[in-house]
Amino acid sequence: MFEIVRKDEMAKGSIIRFDISAPAIARKIKAGQFVILRINETGERIPLTVADVDPFSGSITIIFQVVGKTTALMRSLKEGGFIRDVVGPLGRPAHVDKLGTVIVVGGGTGIAILHHITKALNQVGNNILGIIGARTKELLILEHEMESLCDELVVTTDDGTYGMQGFVTDPLKKYLDERDDVKLVYAIGPIVMMKNVCNLTKKYDIPTMVSLNPVMIDGTGMCGGCRVTVDGKTQFCCADGPDFDGHKVDFNELEKRNSMYLKEEKDALLYSIR
Amino acid sequence: MLDYDVKYLKYKTYLNTYCPHCNNSLNVKIKDNDFILFNGVFKGQDMTLKLSPYLDVFEVETSIPIEPGEVLDDLLCPQCKKSLLSKEISCGECNSPVAKIIISAYSKLIPFFICLKYGCEWHGLTKADERKIKLKIPRQEMPEQDQKLRIHNFQEVPYGLTTELAQLEAGRCLQCATPKCVEGCPVGVDIPAFIKFIRQDDFDGAAKKIKETNILPSVCGRVCPQEDQCESKCVLGIRDEPVAIGNLERFVADFERKMDLVKPPMVAARRNKKIAVVGSGPGGITVAGDLAQLGYSVTMYEALHEPGGVLVYGIPEFRLPKSIVGFEIDYLRKLGVKIELNHVIGTIYTLDELLENFDAVYLGVGAGLPKFMGIEGENLCNIFSANEYLTRINLMKAYRFPEYDTPLPKGNHVVVIGGGNVAMDCARCALRTITGEVTIVYRRSRKELPARAAEIHHAEEEGIKFKLLTNPVRFIGNDLNWVKGMECIKMELGEPDESGRRRPEPVKDSNFLIDTDLVIVALGTDPNPIIFNTTPDLKRNRWGYIDVNPETMETSLPNVYAGGDIVTGSATVILAMGAGRIAAKAIHKKLSGKTGK
Repeated sequence: MFEIVRKDEMAKGSIIRFDISAPAIARKIKAGQFVILRINETGERIPLTVADVDPFSGSITIIFQVVGKTTALMRSLKEGGFIRDVVGPLGRPAHVDKLGTVIVVGGGTGIAILHHITKALNQVGNNILGIIGARTKELLILEHEMESLCDELVVTTDDGTYGMQGFVTDPLKKYLDERDDVKLVYAIGPIVMMKNVCNLTKKYDIPTMVSLNPVMIDGTGMCGGCRVTVDGKTQFCCADGPDFDGHKVDFNELEKRNSMYLKEEKDALLYSIR
Repeated sequence: MLDYDVKYLKYKTYLNTYCPHCNNSLNVKIKDNDFILFNGVFKGQDMTLKLSPYLDVFEVETSIPIEPGEVLDDLLCPQCKKSLLSKEISCGECNSPVAKIIISAYSKLIPFFICLKYGCEWHGLTKADERKIKLKIPRQEMPEQDQKLRIHNFQEVPYGLTTELAQLEAGRCLQCATPKCVEGCPVGVDIPAFIKFIRQDDFDGAAKKIKETNILPSVCGRVCPQEDQCESKCVLGIRDEPVAIGNLERFVADFERKMDLVKPPMVAARRNKKIAVVGSGPGGITVAGDLAQLGYSVTMYEALHEPGGVLVYGIPEFRLPKSIVGFEIDYLRKLGVKIELNHVIGTIYTLDELLENFDAVYLGVGAGLPKFMGIEGENLCNIFSANEYLTRINLMKAYRFPEYDTPLPKGNHVVVIGGGNVAMDCARCALRTITGEVTIVYRRSRKELPARAAEIHHAEEEGIKFKLLTNPVRFIGNDLNWVKGMECIKMELGEPDESGRRRPEPVKDSNFLIDTDLVIVALGTDPNPIIFNTTPDLKRNRWGYIDVNPETMETSLPNVYAGGDIVTGSATVILAMGAGRIAAKAIHKKLSGKTGK
């Protein structure tokens, strides 16, 4: 059992932050790695990226959006409550090198894991240009945290309620047009966003890393449910990823595979509120 | 006639005995007590001897005191006073002279022999007579859930032997002096000894006997391939069906558990040595159990949220109820084994970190990565590895969705690719969760199917179709990227390959389409890389499995042992347990300087 030591509603009712006491995981987990958790005896195993770590208090931070039964149940948990199983660290850590100028692009709850990676990129001394976006103002998370890690930060919202109106690709294109010292783009967010970012950076021939979040069960390479096609080859996201060269990922396939259980997700949610 | 009567010749059967010379009865009744009465001669002195007339009940009364180990000179019929001493044979245990009488426990009269050494418990038929009779009892079939019912539930298929059937089956065992069956057992269970306990109605004793060498009898009795192991060596099998050793093992283990007779065995005095066992599958359980009993403090690490490894995520409920696995895990806990769930070794602790805190480490992590064929369309939606499919159903209980949250894969035309036990498990799970039909596609012929005969039989009985000599070429998807068909090619068998099986070769231009909307790929596994990522110097063989010394299961790193699928590739529960036993002995020898039990 893992205690929730802190709970914040970052966007009322829809984006929630948990700090979970898991000292052994907190000691080991690196930027880019994830955990799998199961909230109760009948629960499913869901992978969640880690937004931050406090090795001293032994806690890890996860941020999730309420989309289905499990996340709705998680929303109902209170500070001081417990999560039945947390396993990690899983996946390979992000490759963090001092490269010079790096653009980090985050969308939605993808900003959570982007934050952990940005922190690592910042610590090795990169010059970081940040772009974060959300559908609307209420759903924007970690703005201040990102601000403190980035040399410049641009915020976009789809509906224009905050920052620039538009998608994250707009300011990204501007950066890429204006600057010729960008060594790497890190893009994490909804699949569509990552796909569009990769399509754009391909034109400029800038290496782009993405972090994928497919459906998985064990997270140790055993089930193969998380397989993605990268450069024409099948890769297991949990064992080979979750970070991949975005120019080589088959996003269309991933998008379809990730929507495999939409009906079941709805059924499960209906069952739980019945 | 014998088939019917012989079942009465078991422990405590009342024997009607006769003198072979005068044919008078030797049975007497004195003050409501039954005896077989003999006149005898001991050291030249006349005496009388009273024996219990119940088979295998060794109660003796003599008119003069005799010490155990002393041998009577002669036994005489009290009626005709003729000597009963047999010239044909001597005692099968101590070679002392034996007396020959006649019994009629069967519908005809049969010679029966009694050893003259006081205290020797040998008696019985001649081996030739015994063999003649025992061959005639057929192997007892285990009652099973009806095939029409069972395809709608996940309850166990075989119900287990009844007491009567178990005793009848145990009666078939010849109790060979040099039993071949024991050689066929990877952990060397003393099979004749435990069967003897069953014959004496001591089912608890039988269970304890097995547990001396096998910590998981209720599991092994269900999932071991006995037909390739102990039962393949049984002498009865030469001319007839072998003794159903597996079914008997299951019977006594279930009896012990249901009657609440399981007691944690004596644990040796605590030793100041710590062992880490990585993986809580059958191999890890054996190592942990053996070493905990020897007094080591054992910590077992499991990556998943439930202990048991393949016993919980892989083998379906209808073959191995999870409550039994849970029971065996509790037994380990009672032995003092500490079980740490949700611990992926290689990331949360590296092997080197474990070695800092433990005196020895056993890696029983299983095989891991599922194999795919690398053909077009393999990542379409609704194509699963056997591992994923079984894990969803067994570990996550997807068949109880939406009560359990994990979604269950659905389809009307299910195809399972592969011919092993895992493929059979997948097909039978599918049959129980869908309304359509299930087909197994295998590239060789029926004869080469690697699954156990019993599993194939169960699968066929339940109505699973087999498309043999067929190999998938590519998968075809619909607009939404879901699988809707599979292109296959017909195969024919060519020359035998390294494995001795005939190599399947494609038949030119024989491609055809199969309609399918759910595909499960059950083609085995490759080694999981997680431990090697952080411990690259662990030596591996050319297939990527861990290299070990087969005598000790020690790896290239000192104090690191390994066994099971991570050493051999996909194999069986009992082979993993065999490896675990070898490793436990070697670890004990190394840490204590002594040999194990």
